[in-house]
Amino acid sequence: MDLLTPTILSYLTVSLLMFAIGTIGVMTRRNGIVVFMCIELMLNSVNLALVTFSHMWDNPAGSMLVFFVMCVAAAEAVVGLAIVISIFRNKQDIDINHVNIFKW
Amino acid sequence: MEAATTIQTVLFWTFSVLGLAGAVGLLFNRNAVYAALSLVLNFFSIAGLYLSLGAEFLAAVQILVYAGAIMVLFLFVIMLLNMQEEKGVFTFDIRRGAAFILGFAFVAEMMVVLKGFWNHEAGGEFTYGKVEPIGRALLTDYLFPFEMISIVLIAALIGAILVARRHTHQEG
Amino acid sequence: MEALLPLVILLPLLGSALVGLGGFLAPGFRKNESLVGLIATAMVAIPFFIIAAAFFQFDGTPIQISLFSWMQAGDLNISFSYEIDQLSLLMGMIVTGVGSLIHIYSIGYMHGDGGYYKFFGYLNLFIFAMNNLIFGDNFVVMFLGWEGVGLCSYLLIGFWYKDMPKAIAAQKAFIANRIGDFAMIIAMIMVFNLIGSLNFSDLNAAVADGSLGDNAMWISLLIFIAATGKSAQIPLFVWLPDAMAGPTPVSALIHAATMVTSGIYLVARLNPVFSASPEVMTIIVIVAALTAVVAALIAIAQNDIKKVLAYSTVSQLGFMFMALGAGAYTAAIFHVMTHAFFKACLFLGSGSVIHAMEHMHTVEDPQDIRTMGGLRKYMPATSTTFWISTLAISGIIPLAGFFSKDEILTSLFLFDESAFSIYKIVWFVATLTAVLTAVYMTRLTMLTFEGKERFPDTKHPHESPASMTIPLWILAALAVVGGFLGLPYLIGHGEFHLLNHWLEPVITNNPAIEENASFGKEIFLILLSTLLAIGAVFFTRNLYRKHGLAADAKVKKAFGGLFRVMEGKFFLDELYNAILIKPFMSIGNRALSWFDNNIVDGAVNGSGTVVANIGESFRKLQSGLISNYLLIITTGVVAMLGYLIFG
Repeated sequence: MDLLTPTILSYLTVSLLMFAIGTIGVMTRRNGIVVFMCIELMLNSVNLALVTFSHMWDNPAGSMLVFFVMCVAAAEAVVGLAIVISIFRNKQDIDINHVNIFKW
Repeated sequence: MEAATTIQTVLFWTFSVLGLAGAVGLLFNRNAVYAALSLVLNFFSIAGLYLSLGAEFLAAVQILVYAGAIMVLFLFVIMLLNMQEEKGVFTFDIRRGAAFILGFAFVAEMMVVLKGFWNHEAGGEFTYGKVEPIGRALLTDYLFPFEMISIVLIAALIGAILVARRHTHQEG
Repeated sequence: MEALLPLVILLPLLGSALVGLGGFLAPGFRKNESLVGLIATAMVAIPFFIIAAAFFQFDGTPIQISLFSWMQAGDLNISFSYEIDQLSLLMGMIVTGVGSLIHIYSIGYMHGDGGYYKFFGYLNLFIFAMNNLIFGDNFVVMFLGWEGVGLCSYLLIGFWYKDMPKAIAAQKAFIANRIGDFAMIIAMIMVFNLIGSLNFSDLNAAVADGSLGDNAMWISLLIFIAATGKSAQIPLFVWLPDAMAGPTPVSALIHAATMVTSGIYLVARLNPVFSASPEVMTIIVIVAALTAVVAALIAIAQNDIKKVLAYSTVSQLGFMFMALGAGAYTAAIFHVMTHAFFKACLFLGSGSVIHAMEHMHTVEDPQDIRTMGGLRKYMPATSTTFWISTLAISGIIPLAGFFSKDEILTSLFLFDESAFSIYKIVWFVATLTAVLTAVYMTRLTMLTFEGKERFPDTKHPHESPASMTIPLWILAALAVVGGFLGLPYLIGHGEFHLLNHWLEPVITNNPAIEENASFGKEIFLILLSTLLAIGAVFFTRNLYRKHGLAADAKVKKAFGGLFRVMEGKFFLDELYNAILIKPFMSIGNRALSWFDNNIVDGAVNGSGTVVANIGESFRKLQSGLISNYLLIITTGVVAMLGYLIFG
């Protein structure tokens, strides 16, 4: 039972795993929207770590930062999806491996 | 800091398993709609984890903003674009292998860094989980970033409109 | 009161930014001349009143003001700190007081000039730099001001930079000053190396306890070389006459009353260092005497009203340095003050004359005194004040110039007891120069304001507006009464030498002068200089009244062959051109072109090629695929974490 009782490390491990999965997703997936969702996953995992630390110290800074990250994530999702739409409109495709106009 | 209660333990295990399942589902679903729904599951689970930590306000905001607003927007765009299923999610090449190895190496290294947190108990009261202390902090010590966020949001709004609109009069 | 003192430094800077940038950015503001002039004048006048208030409330203990720490590296700790003491208060009063008057004057003088706002911006910047120079309590802040006034001088000499000779004159001033500044930098490095501090008080203390030894001589020599640049002594004085290319208020403020006296101020500030090195004092006195007599001789042969005044300034600066060289620092500062009054008045008067001549549009060169004459009828205020200042500079009792000049001559004479020494020769040269001063100034005034009108009589000149004549009257009044601050030792044994009492805490004069003094010698010296001055003025006046312009020919004959040398300004410009500028130019042209073609171009092209080749091989990394980029980033993160954990 003792091993099952969550500690701060338990929460951080969950956060870390989600972050790693998100990173792997950005590196491997080709669908632009899914890549985007993986980025959201990474942001959320970091939020989880921040809330954990905020809880640990009983300090508002972590919670405040989570709040602001959420707002920025919302803004970023709006702009990002607008970019996805405009790419799709031009190429009829959002495979990010085909979006390489910045290639040498 | 006191040890976690039984309820907290149950909440943690339930939602961490569900959340990781959602994350894996996002990683391996070739259909974008299913991937998005996996992510919704993950977001709900994270809200549950917030609850288990006593962060009630953030749990509510998590559901409202992420699951309610952002994911709806994602699904809306996925359906609007009507794209094909992604191929080769399960195939193997050097780049994919490297990505997985790096991901796990990162986890392993961070575990070494974080191992000292094992002794920190995760139970007890969390003052800043409630609405009132958060509201007080937002409108006093964090007033300036709070105001700046409104500028970020309006800029994002204008930017999105500019990027996504049809450029009909541009050519010629 | 003390809380206001930082404003003395900051207001002129604020004014400069306000007027300069405001005029640059807002054309509407630029056109509003009265507002521009008002702001700029207020930003100098307010500091003047603050300094004056501090002056009268001063209780004898220096006030330290530290604004903020500027740079800190190892032992070096330099802060923007200022010291308000007797000497800096006096200089500050002169600079901001005369500065305010000249600002007011410029409102009228610069009227209608396209660069009106720029002019006032530069002028305020100059006051800011000058205040830094005066009030700074360490070498670095002082040097900031020292370079700052040099920069403003350059900007203002070349104010009408579209005129090529004026732009060249500005460059000449800048380069001549740079030679002096270089000596100053070496002096600063030496001071820091020796005593580990750049504060004036630390340096003076190090001299007092004898820890500096022989190095005091080198430091004082270097500082004197720096002063020859800024304060226009041989061999670097050639820039000052050319500096008259700037607008006349600038000549009055920068090149007569304030900036050029900063070398004298600095020597007085560091008087213990100089007193400890008698060899340098001898060098100073010789150089100064040469400068004074050479400049006075050149002034006699000039026909440009501003050139005469410029050489007169060089000559008077020579007087001040002679006083410094005799260890009579108070006398030098006294002459700085009286000279600021009457020379500013003279320059502003000449500006008034030029202004009037220009507005007639009938004479070719509005500064040539040969085309003037008889202006007194048309310009009563200008001519009266000009006459007062002329008499003051000539040393007519009881005007200001008499007291300060007499004190200098007395100090030189009383420096030692022997009948024939270097200082006695210098005294003789100085007395001769005083006579020459009376001659060239009377000639200038006679030719300008008296006698027949030599300009075409289709039009006649007008007196300048009140904003120009009021400063003239104030300065002339000061030139009359300014001397009473320093009554001679003779009267009440120095009891009434107010300036001496005031400066006593910061300046230690050469005690030998007072010891050697006796009633007989002093009365002899006073009578001699009075008689010579009055005689010279009367003789010249009568000569020019009788013959008018033709009197020049008589003067020429009297000087014989020397006159050609005087006319040619002792051919110093030609000499420098032949031995310095031409060789440097030819070396520069030949050696540099080879160096440029082979070494510089080779290095530039070579590094370009290398970079291009490296870039060519790395550009393949730019695949344009964000997955690849993230892969590389993650590799880096994992590697760095691994290093931090296991390394």
